[in-house]
Amino acid sequence: MTQPASPARPATSKTTPAGPRPKGFRPDMRTLSLVGVLAALILIGGITQPDSFLDTNNVQLILTQASVIGVVTVGMTFVIISGGIDLSVGAIVALASVWATTVATQDYGFAGILFTAVVVGVACGLVNGLLIAYGGMVPFIATLAMLASGRGLALQITDGKTQTVSVESVLKLGERDAYILGIPPLVLVFAAVTVVGWLVLNRTTFGRRSVAVGGNAEAARLAGIDVRRQRLYLYLLSGLCCGIAAFLLIVLAGSGQNTNGNLYELDAIAAAIIGGTLLTGGRGTITGSVLGVLIFTTITNIFALNNLQSDVQEIAKGAIIVAAVLVQRRTSTTTS
Amino acid sequence: MPETTSRRGLLFGAAAAVTTGGLLTACTSNEPKDAKPAANDKPAADDKPGKHVTIGFAGPQADHGWLNAINDNATERAKKYSDVTLEATEGSNDTAAQIGQVETLINKKVDVLVILPADGKALTQVGLKAMRAGIPVVNLDRIFNTPQAYRCWIGGDNYGMGLSAGNYIGEQLKDKKNAKVVELAGLDNLELTKQRTQGFDDALKNFPNIKKVARQAAEFTVESGQAKMSQLLQAQKNFDAVWNHDDDQGVGALRAIKQAGRDDFLMVGGAGALSAMQAIEAGNSVLKATVLYPPTMAASAIDLARALGQNKGVSGMAEFEIPAHVTLFSAVVDKDNVAQYMPTGFK
Repeated sequence: MTQPASPARPATSKTTPAGPRPKGFRPDMRTLSLVGVLAALILIGGITQPDSFLDTNNVQLILTQASVIGVVTVGMTFVIISGGIDLSVGAIVALASVWATTVATQDYGFAGILFTAVVVGVACGLVNGLLIAYGGMVPFIATLAMLASGRGLALQITDGKTQTVSVESVLKLGERDAYILGIPPLVLVFAAVTVVGWLVLNRTTFGRRSVAVGGNAEAARLAGIDVRRQRLYLYLLSGLCCGIAAFLLIVLAGSGQNTNGNLYELDAIAAAIIGGTLLTGGRGTITGSVLGVLIFTTITNIFALNNLQSDVQEIAKGAIIVAAVLVQRRTSTTTS
Repeated sequence: MPETTSRRGLLFGAAAAVTTGGLLTACTSNEPKDAKPAANDKPAADDKPGKHVTIGFAGPQADHGWLNAINDNATERAKKYSDVTLEATEGSNDTAAQIGQVETLINKKVDVLVILPADGKALTQVGLKAMRAGIPVVNLDRIFNTPQAYRCWIGGDNYGMGLSAGNYIGEQLKDKKNAKVVELAGLDNLELTKQRTQGFDDALKNFPNIKKVARQAAEFTVESGQAKMSQLLQAQKNFDAVWNHDDDQGVGALRAIKQAGRDDFLMVGGAGALSAMQAIEAGNSVLKATVLYPPTMAASAIDLARALGQNKGVSGMAEFEIPAHVTLFSAVVDKDNVAQYMPTGFK
């Protein structure tokens, strides 16, 4: 067994093949290589479009565009670390955003929209969690079902129409006047979610248990962890992140539409995996996932600034995923 | 800009004028400022009740403003006729499911079929099957592979949409030296997006002073419209006009423009959403015009299907039969004529 011994109490069971990572802010080679990739991209962007890439507006733009999917990815990272998967994140974002904007049309204001988005997100996460933890369903199937029914429900609510928001206090959050020291509020939310996510994963029992469940659920159970309840909480967490992301999307796009969050599930999974999270569970970092999101967003930005078309962009995205996973296989110490 | 509809209004039933009249003008001229008849509630063909007709309608899943308007237009128009029963299937984007739905309608022996296929090529066989079973097919918008699979095709003109948009922008910028335009296209994996771009590029060739400096494809959604437009704005520090293929994604594009605090160019939209027309009328944004791709074609398809079922021609036309092809005209709606078109705007 080549995995480093885990300092975490409940996970030190002898049968745990993949214990939690050493705690503390010690970037490993993988994280450093991601920073290297990002730096290389910034260099490419700076060389190809020196005028438009490196100006403040563009940095704000990249970070803003990373915010919505970034928040979703933080939740997704927890789920994947625990050995699960959440295919329903995009659908939950869609459902939460249309429900919140339906409320918006009835003039409940800022709090009403935020509250509805979060509650719908958590409710969907609760359903996922109950089905998986207590219904014994495979996460892939349970969240696939949520994807289908969530999108269907979102379509039914909107009737295919775009629900625009006219609540000024919500819209203003996405505009330049609301920037705090040059930082868009959306980016601040993203940063806060990232920091909280990092702390929860690395500094709390909840985080250790998540890793333990993903490493070896049976061992975690023997070690006294209520695996079912832990799983329920993890899908709730993912749902919560989707609810927050839905609110950010409403601020950004000024509307709710049943097509919102299209393919977020794939983007979030891809970002987490590029960031070094094992799809089989037991290992992963928030830092890596966030770097994964930033890498994707920066690529999209560079392509757009250089007026390259979406097909080329998709091909490049695919190539990067393959490359990252190949590298991960080489460096991975866990065989499954 | 001539706003009269009288000539054709006399000749045709008004809705047929939208379609057939559009075809005529499209054939005689590429000028976007030709006469544009208004859509209204008056059904085409013969208004007098005739033989009872059961029309089977298989539409797409209404996950987009325009498609939703298509379904609404079809059902609303069918209700206007006392002699028409509409058998509408659940909308679907799944080719296999839609084939099954059409087959069910064939088995029910409806008199006429109206099909807007999720994928025209993939639904061709089932169109042929219906025709062979003696049920005439009105193919709506997305065209089948072979004319044998339909009795009549009615749809929009994607190439013409690009052409109208390009010519309108050209007229606005013709006196400006080294004018720059950008294009916010729709879903690039749809053929119609390429046709719209081709029409736009061809129109711009009439104006050598204008250069298209950038094109990005979005996905027909508000979210993608916002994301792609904010990047276009970052990439192009100054340009004079933007053509956005779709008013739904235009909601996002307008939001991105507001967020970037830009107002140094004009924008032309596409499809004819109500929100776009309202913005054009208000005149307080960069959106100055939109090029129509009217969902009223679904109502006209019901008219044509009814005429087919009753063996009638189109009133006002000399022929005994309805036409084989009807292409709608991609009219430009701007501040001057927006009041006229407002009733056709879809949510």
